[in-house]
Amino acid sequence: MQRFFNNPDDIVDETVAGFVRAHRNMVRQSPENPRVVLSNWAGKPGRVGVVTGGGSGHEPAFIGYAGRNMVDSVAVGELFSSPTAKTFHDAIRAADGGAGVAVLYGNYAGDNMNVKMARKMAAKDGVTVETVVANDDVCSAPLEEREKRRGVAGEIFMWKIGAAKAAQGADLTGVIAAAQKAIDNCRSVGVGLGPCTLPAVGHPNFQIEPGKMEVGIGHHGEPGARVEDLGRANDVADDMVKIVLDDHDLPEGSEVAVLVSGLGATPINELYVLYDRIEQQIEARGLKVWRPYVGNYFTSLDMVGATLTVMALDDELKSLLEVPCACPALQEGQ
Amino acid sequence: MTSIPNAGAAQILREISATIVENKAWLSEIDGKIGDGDHGVNMAKGFGRAAERTPPDASLTEALQTLSDVLMAEIGGSMGPLYGMMFSDMADALGDIDQIDATSFARMLRAGLDGVQEIGSAKKGDKTLLDTLIPAVETFEAHLAMGDSFGVSLAAMRKAAQDGRDSTLDMVARIGRSARLGERSRGVLDAGASSCALILSGFADEITARLENA
Repeated sequence: MQRFFNNPDDIVDETVAGFVRAHRNMVRQSPENPRVVLSNWAGKPGRVGVVTGGGSGHEPAFIGYAGRNMVDSVAVGELFSSPTAKTFHDAIRAADGGAGVAVLYGNYAGDNMNVKMARKMAAKDGVTVETVVANDDVCSAPLEEREKRRGVAGEIFMWKIGAAKAAQGADLTGVIAAAQKAIDNCRSVGVGLGPCTLPAVGHPNFQIEPGKMEVGIGHHGEPGARVEDLGRANDVADDMVKIVLDDHDLPEGSEVAVLVSGLGATPINELYVLYDRIEQQIEARGLKVWRPYVGNYFTSLDMVGATLTVMALDDELKSLLEVPCACPALQEGQ
Repeated sequence: MTSIPNAGAAQILREISATIVENKAWLSEIDGKIGDGDHGVNMAKGFGRAAERTPPDASLTEALQTLSDVLMAEIGGSMGPLYGMMFSDMADALGDIDQIDATSFARMLRAGLDGVQEIGSAKKGDKTLLDTLIPAVETFEAHLAMGDSFGVSLAAMRKAAQDGRDSTLDMVARIGRSARLGERSRGVLDAGASSCALILSGFADEITARLENA
């Protein structure tokens, strides 16, 4: 695949530069650290700050979720590589409004280490930091080892819910509890049809043979749980719903939010082809789709494929999902 | 000679950095088989930048600290904090000594290993850089305890590091991104163990050359 870039080493800096230009009504670059993207509403006194961060290449995640009643600041890493501890620390400082900071991020070794160090640095500044670690990717570990699972697109619900709770004036404990509930209620699965390429590497990191697909693929091309013949869209959709809901064990009549995201190089129309079947399958299992999201919400460079995330809802989560928000990747109640 | 001057020993780390940069594509390739393929890119970026910012006449202590600062503040990922802690604790262990002998080098190695283990949670056998670092450090200490010379101990350390790296070939990853592969991670070297072997071999080669030429 042919790509747009100048020097591969500058891609992240140029991505951030273009992003803050394009969305200056909602975000800006930190004057102290060019790898921190701030919501224009960040650091409001008395409000709990909400921070996330991760490797680049997942746009609109992570930077696209900074905005009003959304994430306050985002630590930006190299492509597919955790931000530094210093960058997480700078993001935490920028988000702090005196009421503590919730760092809501995904379960990856690098992010875990860098957030851990950033939290120590923030403690020296007198800023209280609590974390929620997303682990919604079903195929990355068995249910009984959920703490080992990766965080994927369920993070979007975790951010939305945590940030909405902060916007309502909840304290740090309340924000953390809401974000934790959101991710606990999320299950996700990815299916990959084609690999992705880091421009500086120049060739795909892994191969998916023609006619095959990887079920359970990760957000960086971590190989899936199984490789099998590429099925029809409906069969793939059925498989995705089965994987997610078999892990979830939701009582009949449960209401759910559903998010289908492309992985970067799948045409949007195919996401709707999948979604049409996904919603029917979910409802056939006695659940009610309360709110669907379909689009490129959390990508993996030029990977071909899609992810499905299902979040089980209760009254609190529904009301928090409805809190108006405005960020480059998501608008609610406008 | 039984020791080398600390002053000017920054050149050792500059040579190691050059080796890392030379092996950028190889490290990314092995990382790409079971990880995301960015290990070589990020290592080359960090080591390359640190080498540019390290004057050739600086001490090894200063060079290690500069490298740590770059890895911690500019590289991130998993290797930023892991190697960042390793080199920072190595620099602290050397401190302002004038001569680096086998005993101070052993102290430096042990401090580096402790630093990695403090920030990370891997154990030996998990298919990580520790599978290179632990046997290398233990082998160096053992040879020193037996009364072997600095040079002989370094050669043994280099061999242990390379054997340690090779031992990851048949391991199943238990931590980090490749851990999710289970059995499918077997048959590929671990990228961190491979870069760690390059670093330790570089120390052995460069110090040995200085001991012999002194």
